[in-house]
Amino acid sequence: MTRRSTARSANRSTAGRPPLVLLLPALTGLAFLVLPLAGLLVRAPWSTLGTRLGEPHVLEALRLSLVTATLATVLCLLLGVPLAWLLARVRFRGVRLVRALVTVPLVLPPVVGGVALLLVLGRRGLVGQWLDAWFGITLPFSTAGVVLAETFVALPFLVISVEGALRAADLRFEEAAATLGAGRWTVFRRVTLPLVAPGIAAGAVLCWARALGEFGATITFAGNFPGHTQTMPLAVYLALETDPQAAIVLSLVLLAVSVVVLAALRDRWVSTS
Amino acid sequence: MKRVITAAAAATVLLAAAGCGDTGDSGDKASPGSGGGKTLTVFAAASLTETFTELGKSFEGSHPGVKVRFNFGGSSTLAQQITQGAPVDVFAAASPATMKPVTDGGAAAQPQVFAKNRLVIAVPAKEAGKVSRLADLGKSGLKVVLCAEQVPCGAAAGKALAAGGVKVEPASREQDVKAVLTKVRLGEADAGLVYRSDAKAAAADVKGVEFPESAKAINDYPIAALTKAPQSGLAKEFVQLVLSQQGKDTLVKAGFESP
Repeated sequence: MTRRSTARSANRSTAGRPPLVLLLPALTGLAFLVLPLAGLLVRAPWSTLGTRLGEPHVLEALRLSLVTATLATVLCLLLGVPLAWLLARVRFRGVRLVRALVTVPLVLPPVVGGVALLLVLGRRGLVGQWLDAWFGITLPFSTAGVVLAETFVALPFLVISVEGALRAADLRFEEAAATLGAGRWTVFRRVTLPLVAPGIAAGAVLCWARALGEFGATITFAGNFPGHTQTMPLAVYLALETDPQAAIVLSLVLLAVSVVVLAALRDRWVSTS
Repeated sequence: MKRVITAAAAATVLLAAAGCGDTGDSGDKASPGSGGGKTLTVFAAASLTETFTELGKSFEGSHPGVKVRFNFGGSSTLAQQITQGAPVDVFAAASPATMKPVTDGGAAAQPQVFAKNRLVIAVPAKEAGKVSRLADLGKSGLKVVLCAEQVPCGAAAGKALAAGGVKVEPASREQDVKAVLTKVRLGEADAGLVYRSDAKAAAADVKGVEFPESAKAINDYPIAALTKAPQSGLAKEFVQLVLSQQGKDTLVKAGFESP
């Protein structure tokens, strides 16, 4: 143990100064990511911040954002982990095609995703018309619609990271469990899941972050009504129409909350991998 | 590794395609003879998409070598882009309120009203019987969508409803008038308040129901050549075209009213 750790630290120190070819683009990249945030901070109306934050619609939108993003993440976990397992562990014809299809929401403009959801799950949609006729369920303009829209755009993030973790995991543990007589479900539950837990956690965090910032699919599919479907990104967009200062404040709130949550989760789960 | 190479190849192809698009574009600009490669940039409200595209083509026809480039969008977003320094020649807004920050900031002077637009109730063409007057929007069980109060069509909707004394619980407050129209077109909403020109542009799927209270909420559309226009001469000529009889005819045909 000690030998290994000293070897590792020695390895690190011999790396010496990072080469300029890497350092320069790395720092440029960092600046490119951080400067827009600095812009928000510099232009924020600090003197009126307190009163603006106290406005009820801000808290309402924030609450709705947190609730829907969390529910969407749960839904992504329930559907995405099995899907990732299927892609990584089961051989079937057309697996490449399925893998490509899973990434479609990543390349699809979110607004188009929202329209697609309307065409399928809307009141006149392929599936939605039966939901409406048989159960009286209409998803557009409802909080459930927000969750579905966020799930649609966030699911690929979870599937891709979990599939990556599954492929990187050592198959011998699963094979050993199988030779000892465990069924596939037991192997999945007792061996595979604990093995890829860090990957699942990382995927869930990504998924949550994507759901929290979701705008296009949400406003297209679920509409915008305070308290029901108006999440923070929607509130920011509409505030920008008349009151850019308010939009900056709302953006900062969303930013602060997501950074705090992500930092907390990272320390707890992700970095242990 | 193989996958990385494929991805890189795909990215290269995409970049090349984008590059080609650009060069093709500038080629177009330079090709037709005399004036050679001038581009007029017009920022216009989303509801002017059809009419201004048509007028732009006509302008290009009468000004060889000139290309008119449009940026259609929400008026307040466009106004912000202009006050933040976007190089623009002409700005046409959907309301005086969204033109105001541009003139206040000194980016434009003396905007002129070139059209008016009034609201109609948009209903899906197949279920046109359900709604015949503004008061019907207050019925329970009817899914109504309106524009958000922050955008011009939402402000106008608020005025019209107040004038009629009608209380509406909208299912959603959409970010712009085209989004309201989409919800009605797809049958997600039973009714929505949109501009008459928008209902006309979607006449295949949507019926526009006129109502007398709309007279209380008529939107003026102002246009102005910007003081720092890179093509100030062309900018003024384009504004003249919009204000001319030809401009009026195009707008009226599309459902606008003359000022």
